[in-house]
Amino acid sequence: MSFAGVPGVVEQKVDRGETTLVVDPARLPEACLHLRDELGFNFLSDVSSVDYLGWSDEPVAGYWGGPAGRDHNRPGTAGLGKRPAPKPKRFAVNYHLLKVRSGARQAPRVRVQVWVDDGEHVPSVVQIWPTADWQEREVWDMMGIRFAGHPDLSRILMDDDWEGHPLRKDYPIGGEPVRFSGEE
Amino acid sequence: MAVAPEKRPARIYEGSRIPQPTPSVLQVPEELRRTDDILEVNFGPNHPSTHGVLRLIVELDGERVVGLRAVVGYLHTGFEKSMESKTWWKAIPYAPRMDYLAFQANELAFVMAVEKLLGIEVPPKATWMRMLLVELNRIHSHLVWLGTSALELGAISPFWYTFRERDRVLDLFEMVTGVRMHTRYFQVGGLAEDIPRGFFDECRKFVDWMPKAVDQYEQLLTQNEIWLQRTKGVGLLSAEDAIAMGQSGPVLRGSGVDWDLRKTAPYLAYDQVEFDVPVYYNGDVWDRYKVHMDEMRESTRIAAQALEGMPGGAWIADDRKVVLPPREELHTSMETLIHHFKLVTEGFRVPEGEVYLAIESPRGEFGCYLCSDGGPKPWRVRFRAPSFIALQATATLMTDALVADMIAAVGSLDTVMGECDR
Repeated sequence: MSFAGVPGVVEQKVDRGETTLVVDPARLPEACLHLRDELGFNFLSDVSSVDYLGWSDEPVAGYWGGPAGRDHNRPGTAGLGKRPAPKPKRFAVNYHLLKVRSGARQAPRVRVQVWVDDGEHVPSVVQIWPTADWQEREVWDMMGIRFAGHPDLSRILMDDDWEGHPLRKDYPIGGEPVRFSGEE
Repeated sequence: MAVAPEKRPARIYEGSRIPQPTPSVLQVPEELRRTDDILEVNFGPNHPSTHGVLRLIVELDGERVVGLRAVVGYLHTGFEKSMESKTWWKAIPYAPRMDYLAFQANELAFVMAVEKLLGIEVPPKATWMRMLLVELNRIHSHLVWLGTSALELGAISPFWYTFRERDRVLDLFEMVTGVRMHTRYFQVGGLAEDIPRGFFDECRKFVDWMPKAVDQYEQLLTQNEIWLQRTKGVGLLSAEDAIAMGQSGPVLRGSGVDWDLRKTAPYLAYDQVEFDVPVYYNGDVWDRYKVHMDEMRESTRIAAQALEGMPGGAWIADDRKVVLPPREELHTSMETLIHHFKLVTEGFRVPEGEVYLAIESPRGEFGCYLCSDGGPKPWRVRFRAPSFIALQATATLMTDALVADMIAAVGSLDTVMGECDR
């Protein structure tokens, strides 16, 4: 399938049989509308986000390592043989699209990817695929990426008054303060 | 005697019923709000008919539902975060624990995604055994759904019958994996252990019996007057709305969309077995019920063919960088000992990259997105949980509905809150 006419595409990658379109965040709704209406990707499977904090810095700073980088002596935390390729920004938001046709015997997929830094907004696609409603809320809740134009961008899995975004790499695992309901 | 299904797509309702501006929230119209007759009722999160901790905030005008909002997250346990801190190998047992009914389907999605990242070949015996087990797992999941959904609508007998067969499936799982649930039997590269002797005979007995059991359930429910009244024309969802709301699995097929990832994007050996995709066109609870019943029959068919066609040979790939070496070699080979030590202490490394792999779980499209930095631990694990997506459609299903139908409609979405909240 050709993605030549999709507006706002910065880069097109194919890896392990999966096509990724890297799209300029400002032109995301335009690109999504084109993919839905012209190319038939009517089904939004999944909205996922990745935090690439410390991904290719020198030294590699995995979040289980110390400030100087990954602890090479702890079991299971061996350093990488090869440093991963650098990423343009800290966060990636991936939209996994699927073309659903009743009775079809093939399932074309494409991944739309946008890159943002902390504090930058991504345009919401709720008006294009209503199913993005909870998925974007989950990305905001877990990763702290805001979606401009979402009708009700609030936390969904964590408590409304929770501090921090748990799936960020600088959010520690374990060691959360214990909270009691009668607490001031 | 089965009711002949409608063969042509029926017009379920005019236009779209997805609420605006928030697709998952049914908002009370302003003129109704001003009448002061609206009663707000909190339903859940601890209610026996919500299949776990789902909370619904319902606004009622008499018996009519005019406002509805689903609240999830009570069972959030941070599976994705935990898996990022484990090695690839140790992360496998987390996947089945999310969904306690379709555990093997979840495990399969994660393991297959890791295999896709690694580019490793799985021997045919492992592929066919995986297919056999996930189909038995589908039967297991549908049985629990059928039993509990019928129970919620007041039909107690089906529950006992379905749990009779469910126990037989769990016995089979125990025989082959050693545990009844959360089996962790799929290993990166194949299976964790060889298939025990005698399993195929026991499995064949079950596969021969199962169609008769499905007939028994249908005798209890399909023509039952109360069941028909509680399910026909309830919880409507059109095909366009189902696709727009990202619905998959039995919900999508009950709305008249002929879509099954086992047919459209065959994985395992689904392209080598014969089965039909049940599709119903009225988009109500009864149609979803029928899809579940037919799928149990189709799964039995696939399981029977898997037993017939089960190839012999190795049950796990021979790749010493990923797969544990055979035990007996440890005493004689230095190389083997090194591989064993590295795998157990450090785990295997997965080449850098990202993949999204989706399978047809009993609940619909279960996707696994993985991102690797080339190290022994996943950089990012993400699951596309069909239950989470399905619950968004509650507001659409409950448009112009009565409060008594809410149990039937929400139950028909077949959600598991553990998987929804992860």
